[in-house]
Amino acid sequence: MPDEGTIVVDATGLGAVAAEPGVSKPDPILVVENMRRAFGGIVAVDVDRLEIQRGIITGLIGPNGAGKTTFFNLLTGFDSPNTGHSVFNGKSIDGRSPHKLARQGMVRTFQLTKSLTRLSVIDNMKLGAQGQGGESFWRALIPPAWTGQDKTIERRADELLERFKLSHMREEYAGTLSGGQRKLLEMARALMSEPEIIMLDEPMAGVNPALTQDLLEHVKDLRDRGITVVFVEHDMDVVRDISDWVVVMAEGAIIAEGPHSSITANPHVIDAYLGSHHDAPIDFDEEAARIEEDEAIAAQEIAHEHEIVSEIEHHEDHDG
Amino acid sequence: MFLAAIDWGFIFDQTLTQAFGLNAAVYAIAAMGLNVHFGYAGLLNFGQVGFVAMGAYGMGLAVTLWDLHPLLAVLSGILFATIFALLLGVPTLRLRADYLAIVTIAAAEIVRLLARSTALRDVTRGAEGLNEFIGPFRDFNPFNPSFTYGIGAIDYRGAEFFAIVIGWGVALAFVLMIWTLMRSPWGRVVKAIREDEDAALALGKNAYWYKMQALILGGVIGGFAGMVDAVGKATVQPDFFVAPLTFFFWLVLILGGVGRVWSPIAGAVIYWGLITFVQNLGRQLVDEGIVPTSVMDPSQVDQIRFWIVGSALALLMVYRPQGIFGSKEEMALDAR
Amino acid sequence: MRRDVLYMALVTLASLALFLPATGLAQEGESVTSTILYDDPESGERIGAPGVIVTVTDENGEVIEETETDGEGVFLVELPGPGIYSVTIDPDTLPEGIVLRNPDRNPAVVNVEAGQQARTIVATTSGEGGGGGGERGVTLRQVSQLTLEGLKLGLFIAMAAIGLSLIFGTTGLVNFSHGEMIGWGMLIAYMFNFYGLAGVFGFLQDLPTPLGAGMNLAFATLFAIVGGAAMGWTFDKFIFNPLRRKGAGLIAQMVVTIGLSLVLRYFYLFGFGGTPRFFRDFTAQSAIKLGVVEITPKDLITGALSIIVLVGIGLFLIYARMGKAMRAVADNRDLAESSGIDVQRVIRFVWTLGGALAALGGVFLGLAEQVSWNIGFRTLLLVFAGVILGGLGTAFGALVGSVIVGIGIQVSTIWVPTELKNVGALVVLILVLIVRPQGILGRKERVG
Repeated sequence: MPDEGTIVVDATGLGAVAAEPGVSKPDPILVVENMRRAFGGIVAVDVDRLEIQRGIITGLIGPNGAGKTTFFNLLTGFDSPNTGHSVFNGKSIDGRSPHKLARQGMVRTFQLTKSLTRLSVIDNMKLGAQGQGGESFWRALIPPAWTGQDKTIERRADELLERFKLSHMREEYAGTLSGGQRKLLEMARALMSEPEIIMLDEPMAGVNPALTQDLLEHVKDLRDRGITVVFVEHDMDVVRDISDWVVVMAEGAIIAEGPHSSITANPHVIDAYLGSHHDAPIDFDEEAARIEEDEAIAAQEIAHEHEIVSEIEHHEDHDG
Repeated sequence: MFLAAIDWGFIFDQTLTQAFGLNAAVYAIAAMGLNVHFGYAGLLNFGQVGFVAMGAYGMGLAVTLWDLHPLLAVLSGILFATIFALLLGVPTLRLRADYLAIVTIAAAEIVRLLARSTALRDVTRGAEGLNEFIGPFRDFNPFNPSFTYGIGAIDYRGAEFFAIVIGWGVALAFVLMIWTLMRSPWGRVVKAIREDEDAALALGKNAYWYKMQALILGGVIGGFAGMVDAVGKATVQPDFFVAPLTFFFWLVLILGGVGRVWSPIAGAVIYWGLITFVQNLGRQLVDEGIVPTSVMDPSQVDQIRFWIVGSALALLMVYRPQGIFGSKEEMALDAR
Repeated sequence: MRRDVLYMALVTLASLALFLPATGLAQEGESVTSTILYDDPESGERIGAPGVIVTVTDENGEVIEETETDGEGVFLVELPGPGIYSVTIDPDTLPEGIVLRNPDRNPAVVNVEAGQQARTIVATTSGEGGGGGGERGVTLRQVSQLTLEGLKLGLFIAMAAIGLSLIFGTTGLVNFSHGEMIGWGMLIAYMFNFYGLAGVFGFLQDLPTPLGAGMNLAFATLFAIVGGAAMGWTFDKFIFNPLRRKGAGLIAQMVVTIGLSLVLRYFYLFGFGGTPRFFRDFTAQSAIKLGVVEITPKDLITGALSIIVLVGIGLFLIYARMGKAMRAVADNRDLAESSGIDVQRVIRFVWTLGGALAALGGVFLGLAEQVSWNIGFRTLLLVFAGVILGGLGTAFGALVGSVIVGIGIQVSTIWVPTELKNVGALVVLILVLIVRPQGILGRKERVG
């Protein structure tokens, strides 16, 4: 805890916090304890403790199959853990459904962008606003009951579209946007709900390099506006650029956390990324056993992502 | 020329009469319910006929059993359809879309079997159906039952005309209602759920509850189709509510274009025009001996309809899912 | 391989042609029928009771017809239309010493659907047993008998259910035309049973059976299996594989299966007519006693055959290369594809196998009940119940679920009127979805 009298040069408020897994932080917005999720026999997530500091950008990294996306799903209510507690803003959110979490100020984006294809860009944006009277069936039947509020929301949406340079696409179907534009739209739409914390699942995946810088600026801008950001990423360069704090996952567990500089030197992290015996001579059997292990985890991850993909396909199938 | 033997005038009269008649109105309303389900909310309802039956029986029983005023009887029809929607929605709306499809097709058949069962005979009058509820409704008929009404070749008897006017009136009212709803924030949420349920959830929308509302709304609209049909025909027959009827409604919806407000009306007019034309032509061809009875006898002419519906449904769904009027561009947006 | 496939397609086309000469047979109209049997005290055999006077009245008590049973104990009354009718047996005209087992079910009420040949059940017993004495309370004998019948029904449903489940597992598609695959097998067997190969190839007409006129049902069943396989193969080759390649969504494909089922079902009605009929062979058999239960030889054989087939399928799925590949694709298609399995070939095989199994199930169902044009749709709903109960997408779940549904339906007739027995199964389907949507053997991840 920083003392009252000292001048804080450390913008994150984490200067005095030790760089070790599960460490307590001065002002956590989200706390996770003993969270475990297994698919069949394979443990995808097993996190003892994690605190997310308010008002900073936290990067969640890890090699493929580390369970990052699963962990994200658990945090945002899209999947339920086998055991574990989480506390958001001091209140328990165990078993809370995703839409309730969103209303409480925790929104997320998805690795595979979920732009609502056959809704216009402006409708996509307006959907993000919370507390809309016109979303009740009976009030929707009487347009005067909601048009006023709708106008206010539309103004806010237009401002955001301006900021994200999407104004020229305002009336187009979201399905006509490019991959990068969809990422921007998804982020802007999430902001419409005025969140306290925004969880971005691989925001840079599939975006062309020219747009990456743009997106990074937007993420930093979110923090500067006082929104807590957590994002999943596997590209170390991206992480270095923008994270105030980095959390490293491997094989479902958190193996390290701290400022970026402390992470790159951490032997556990190097092990996780390069294999645990990278410096020792290894014999064939060991090598084979390790590959098998890696493949099993990768398979699980693929299986899980496949489920997500099939769900997505399924939703798209509604459209026919 | 053998076609000279055909009475074309009669066929065209019949075609026009049916295209704007009671059946077309009933089909249009039922397909509007499906449009809310499938076109806007993405719900796969393969048992719309169950909702239609619920509306018809709900209204009919209110008069035959409880002797209620016609307006209360209509409320009862709405209530029946709502309860049916809740029964189907609670178990399935949290699951993938195909579960709703399976459960609705099964539940619609349950309704028919129960309605015609001897066990419930004291209530639903078994296979004979409800026939004694029409009296109070007739009192509202402003048209003279012994006159015929219509324009040119199209004319309807007074009693039927009353139901036709109600039917198209109800259809127009629902068009207005759906149009209003789908432009509102409510409609935006429902359409968002159709596009991607998880995205809607992540934005704080209770997808389950909205799907339930859409299921009830579409179901109640379907119930109105049943009520209009019952008033028009003065009877509720269990064997009218057979499973294929649902897919006639589906064809009506797809003909006009899924997810468009006017499509069920356009689709119903086209469907009934087309079917009446083909069946009358077929009947005359068989009656005149142009088509020999060894190929098709008169009783088999009615089966043509099922072949048309089945193949049209499959072909349209594959080659022109946007319907007759829809734009190719909009459909191309579904990344499939 | 390619030639086999071509041959199958030819047989399918040829079998389609079969239906045309049959149109003359089509009969519309409703009727009620039954066979009155009794245990002849002298020979101890179960034989038909001739000369029993039967009166059929409509709902208003108007007499439709008064008739007598023929030498086999059979009566048949044509009805003016669908509706509710009463069938009254004159107990005094039964053979000496024979009484009705359930006198309070005389008159029996039958609910006749459009185009249906309704059957009533007239059970008799010899006088000394005391009519109606044993029917109060549920007897162990009754439960065992119904369980046995339910097991039989469940096995037949399972034949179709496994195919449906495998198709869903490998492609994600719920095949609403699966019922018509059941009907297809039943009708092919019927056609070959009555008309033999002659119906297909006219020049064979003069040859002796089984090549000439009708052939034994056992041979006809083989044709039904081949025809069913050909139908499944054709569906995938010419409809669903092109649709998948075109990138059509699952919902579009599902609507296509619906369209297909409508066209086929009403094609069956066109060709076969609305009246249910029996196969030529094995229709009237007397039951043999096995401990407390009774079973007809044909039921015993078809039941045993289905167990053999189902066990075979199970072994195939567990041990055979193709079987393992099928499970791998059902489990995780991407993973299977990346590990070198030819997914499209597996799917083609699943459709073919599904068609063959459904066809065989259809023949057995036709033998147990009657051959009719719309049995497919009615059975499909039970197949759905079985598949969902067991867990959509799992082959073994489909088997277990179907057997439970079959037994449940039959045993429920102790409390539920027979006409509503299928309703019970469908209600269970809905309840299962509330309590355990993934089914008995399903994985939770699949459904959400």
